[in-house]
Amino acid sequence: MKGRDLTELAVRNLREAVLRNSLTTLGVAVGVASLVAMLSLGVGLQTLASQRLNKSGLFDAVFVTSRGMRGMGGGPPRSNPVKREDTKPLDQAAREGFEKLPNVTEVYPQIRFFTDVRYAGSSYSTNVLGLPESSRSTGAFDGITGKYFSSPTADEAILQAEFAKELAPQPSTLIGKELVLHYAEKQTASTADVAKEKDIDKQLDEMMSGGISIVSREKKLRIAGVIESDPSAGIGGFGGGRVFIPLRVAEQLHVAGPNDVQEFVRAGGSGKPTYMALTVRVKSPKDVTRVEEAIKKMGFSTFSLLDATRSLRLVFTVFDLFLGLFGSLALTVASLGIINTLVMAILERRREIGVLKALGATDRDVRSLFFAEAGAMGLFGGIFGVALGWLIGQALTWGTTIYLRRQDLPGVKISFVPWWLALGAITFAVAVSLVAGLYPAARAARLNPVEALRYE
Amino acid sequence: MPTDQTLIQAEKVSRQYRLGEALIHAVNEVTLEIRAGEFVALLGSSGSGKSTLLNLLAGLDRPTSGAIHVRGRNLAALDSVELARYRRDTVGMVFQSFNLLPRMTLEENVELPLRLAEVERGEREARVAEALERVRLGGRRKHRPSELSGGEQQRGALARALVNRPAILFADEPTGNLDSVNGEQILLLLKEIQGSLGMTVIMVTHERPLAERFANRIVVLSDGRLVSNGAPS
Repeated sequence: MKGRDLTELAVRNLREAVLRNSLTTLGVAVGVASLVAMLSLGVGLQTLASQRLNKSGLFDAVFVTSRGMRGMGGGPPRSNPVKREDTKPLDQAAREGFEKLPNVTEVYPQIRFFTDVRYAGSSYSTNVLGLPESSRSTGAFDGITGKYFSSPTADEAILQAEFAKELAPQPSTLIGKELVLHYAEKQTASTADVAKEKDIDKQLDEMMSGGISIVSREKKLRIAGVIESDPSAGIGGFGGGRVFIPLRVAEQLHVAGPNDVQEFVRAGGSGKPTYMALTVRVKSPKDVTRVEEAIKKMGFSTFSLLDATRSLRLVFTVFDLFLGLFGSLALTVASLGIINTLVMAILERRREIGVLKALGATDRDVRSLFFAEAGAMGLFGGIFGVALGWLIGQALTWGTTIYLRRQDLPGVKISFVPWWLALGAITFAVAVSLVAGLYPAARAARLNPVEALRYE
Repeated sequence: MPTDQTLIQAEKVSRQYRLGEALIHAVNEVTLEIRAGEFVALLGSSGSGKSTLLNLLAGLDRPTSGAIHVRGRNLAALDSVELARYRRDTVGMVFQSFNLLPRMTLEENVELPLRLAEVERGEREARVAEALERVRLGGRRKHRPSELSGGEQQRGALARALVNRPAILFADEPTGNLDSVNGEQILLLLKEIQGSLGMTVIMVTHERPLAERFANRIVVLSDGRLVSNGAPS
């Protein structure tokens, strides 16, 4: 019998015993729904965790220090001191070199300084942190009052809510107001400003000696926004600040820091600025290894948290496996329902099978017919089950969001049904149904036509 | 002795069943020859083995011993697929209890053998219509079996048996569930079809008057054995 005829007959047979077959199909649908809901939860949580971690900047970043550095980026302390000639300076040239590497999106230093801020005649001591352009997409500023920086070079500041409350009881009233940053500017012989403000003899002296000087400065900033939570993200992140300004603005300030003297000595009094550490951000975590290797070849020390993402993936794979197993249990029970329905159908349709055989149906035709019926139940149950599973996932997301909002937390999407899960679940439902139909179909095909025709 | 006209040649055909300890000889060494175009009645009382012999000749069952040659092919040597093809292409069957599938319309019931034979859809409609017209049920094609009378159901079953244009039509007590008027109509129809299509008809019945009236030859069975074989008196 041709496939189309077989399908038509199978669907027709299913329609005839509509209640029983619908209940069996519903059983399959519930099984598939539980599988899809479980796995969509696994996928959703994994996606959520990955997104959060990616946004944190921990897993798509390589932290670079020069070989001579120790501590944060330099790995374990060395037993042997590093010779000067082995150490490549982490300077502007090195930064530009990193920027040219494939899949690198951004290279920036961490600029953090402790300084005085003046607002409405009062002075406050606080930490100021330079934010790279990529911080906009971290999600840390999602709940901001006001706006993120209008441009990477805007003279604007974002205040941490606790600090903002110190300035004004209603932090939202601060938006658009001006505050003044007092800081110490480091001036080297090459700083253009030196020429403008100092007499030529002093400038010449400094150029000859290659020295540095510290000058007190002010910077007026417009308050662009206030954020409730500290966008802290550990290593390479932007935590610990109370006033945030665009990184490029922070770089232009040339704020003097406690390590400036050490840096000056390391640069050999050349006056060329060097960085303590640079953060190299890559397109995706999978690019980290290649970029890290390239930077190491350039003669720098690197550090990344890639191993942590591997562990995370392993944990989620095991998590998904268990969720899938629990989900499959319901489908297994549903497959017993298919076997039961089809075995009952064979008993009821014994005479029909006899007639089909008398009319020339082969064993294979009869087997295929029962197979097609089992497959159709699996297909319809699978499609319905995926829809049901998706709805359950949406309900879970909805419920979780309501709960989180009551806790003053932003809602999250904890369930996600990707196309491969939907397609896989339907295929799995059909496959399980076909396996369930194996025995009834074989039993129907084996029926002796004479005995089947005699059956009342 | 087989001749050029021989369609079916059964040689010492036996069919035994085991029923607990007892061995039942439903058909016992029957030798029979049927020529193309004959209308043969298998006559006998209940349990005489006539339906078993019909099933063997129709390829629904296999003999325990002996051989059944149809157009030179031994049915006993065919595998299950070949036997199914024999039933599909060479044989048409009509049963006492009609056996139309209740969930299908009359038209769909008649179409069923064409689906099994993988006949193209375009051709099916015409052949179904032709078969239904032949049994004068053209106006009932959309009705389900439950909406038809007994006589109409049997005529529908006859249309289904004819739609594949078989060489041999087997009818197992075709009038058994019908009143005498409808029974006679069915047999008249069988006779008409046999004449017009040149078909061989083999009919099982226990009603001697009907057999004598319509058949060319009457084969009488008793306790599984062939006891007489000849033209009606």
